[in-house]
Amino acid sequence: MSTPIQRYSASERNNHWLVAIAFVLAALSGLALFHPAFFFLSGLFGGGTWTRILHPYLGTLMALFFIALSARFWRLNHITSADRQWMSRIGDVLRNRDENLPEAGKYNAGQKVLFWVLVTSVPVLLVSGIVFWQPWFAPYFPVWLLRVAVVVHALAAWIVILGIVVHVYAAIWVKGTVRAMTRGTVSEAWARQHHRAWYREMTGK
Amino acid sequence: MALQSLDIKARSATTTPSPQARGAIPVAKLIDISKCIGCKACQVACMEWNDLRDEIGTTTGIYDNPRDLSDQSWTVMRFSEVEVQPGRLEWLIRKDGCMHCADPGCLKACPAPGAIVQYSNGIVDFHEENCIGCGYCLTGCPFNIPRFSRKDRKAYKCTLCSDRVAVGLEPACVKTCPTGAIVFGSKEDMTLHAAGRIADLKERGFDQAALYDPQGVSGTHVMYVLQHGDQPELYANLPRDPHISPLVGLWKGIAKPLMSFGIGLAVFAGFFHFVTAGPKEVEEEEERS
Repeated sequence: MSTPIQRYSASERNNHWLVAIAFVLAALSGLALFHPAFFFLSGLFGGGTWTRILHPYLGTLMALFFIALSARFWRLNHITSADRQWMSRIGDVLRNRDENLPEAGKYNAGQKVLFWVLVTSVPVLLVSGIVFWQPWFAPYFPVWLLRVAVVVHALAAWIVILGIVVHVYAAIWVKGTVRAMTRGTVSEAWARQHHRAWYREMTGK
Repeated sequence: MALQSLDIKARSATTTPSPQARGAIPVAKLIDISKCIGCKACQVACMEWNDLRDEIGTTTGIYDNPRDLSDQSWTVMRFSEVEVQPGRLEWLIRKDGCMHCADPGCLKACPAPGAIVQYSNGIVDFHEENCIGCGYCLTGCPFNIPRFSRKDRKAYKCTLCSDRVAVGLEPACVKTCPTGAIVFGSKEDMTLHAAGRIADLKERGFDQAALYDPQGVSGTHVMYVLQHGDQPELYANLPRDPHISPLVGLWKGIAKPLMSFGIGLAVFAGFFHFVTAGPKEVEEEEERS
């Protein structure tokens, strides 16, 4: 029997789940305001007006927690030439033919791309959202800027939601992954198979 | 439905047809700027009928009073002193307020179902009980009309006295106008009436007199007769070619369904990928314990 390898500390896990909870709430309330098909989601927040009131606070919380989380993981997400190779073999990744892939460190190229997508999109969401935040900030900006902000906000939110759909699916798809964020550890075999460079670094094997 | 006697053509954030079995004749309010004397009786009538009382403001050296539209002032006379011909001063007085666009940007932008409705007679009305206070209507409006109330954080504007029109009365401002500068009727009649006024103005030397019924918003249900129809900007910056901002068009047009579809597609793609390719399992199952 092998010993589990520590992947995330308790504080990293808590930070991650704070972002996740805030994201889910911000996304559901944001979708309610985006398309009539989703307006029923406003019922979860106490109606349309409460949704409008709460959404910007939920979004701001998410952004702040995310900034803290991204600072923790920043160093580990530099894209290397091995990552480019990994990306060029994305077809093998999707077909579960992992033998041909270059060794990944703590994060593989897909995870790193998601990281940078979020690092760019979340601040865009925060800033554009503040611009049309009624009634506190919107009155201080000209209407042309509000028009730019609503479109940019919707686009950035869409990118983040798509990114998180992929993120959640990847966690389900790659067995043995979720426990890294719930219990903090992964199995040796998981680490060896999916993040061999990190595995060697952690175990010295 | 706030007004049983008015059918609805369009409702904000609603994707199914609105109650519209009965239909109605499109109406219009015609404001003949060449006849306006700036008495502000229309402002007073609007306050009286709608029970509005704005805060008492301060004099700023011009006649505009109050200085701007607000949740309590749904119409404001805007005074412009211009010299179209040098040495000949003209005082152009434009009654500003909601234009009741046939293609209303406020309604297009609004995310709250039924907070903004367009009656089949063309009147665009805010139903504040459904308003969530997001301010999207401000981004949609090409005329800078909706205003927020600090009391309830909801948007207000001219209703074209939909409550009066619903029972066969003309709007309060029309009723009170002492010079007949504001008239009300079917849009067809008002267009004809305007043509007569424009012919008259042209005879009197206003060669460029024209009707302001901007097609960029598919026409409006509040129209102006302008002595200088070629220069609408003279009238306190009345926009020459108002239209819903292309950004709002993009946001509330193609982006809304396409992006929602994209999210749905991503979720289904994940599901079917799992069913097709299966999970990534750890080959050496040595962690069995």
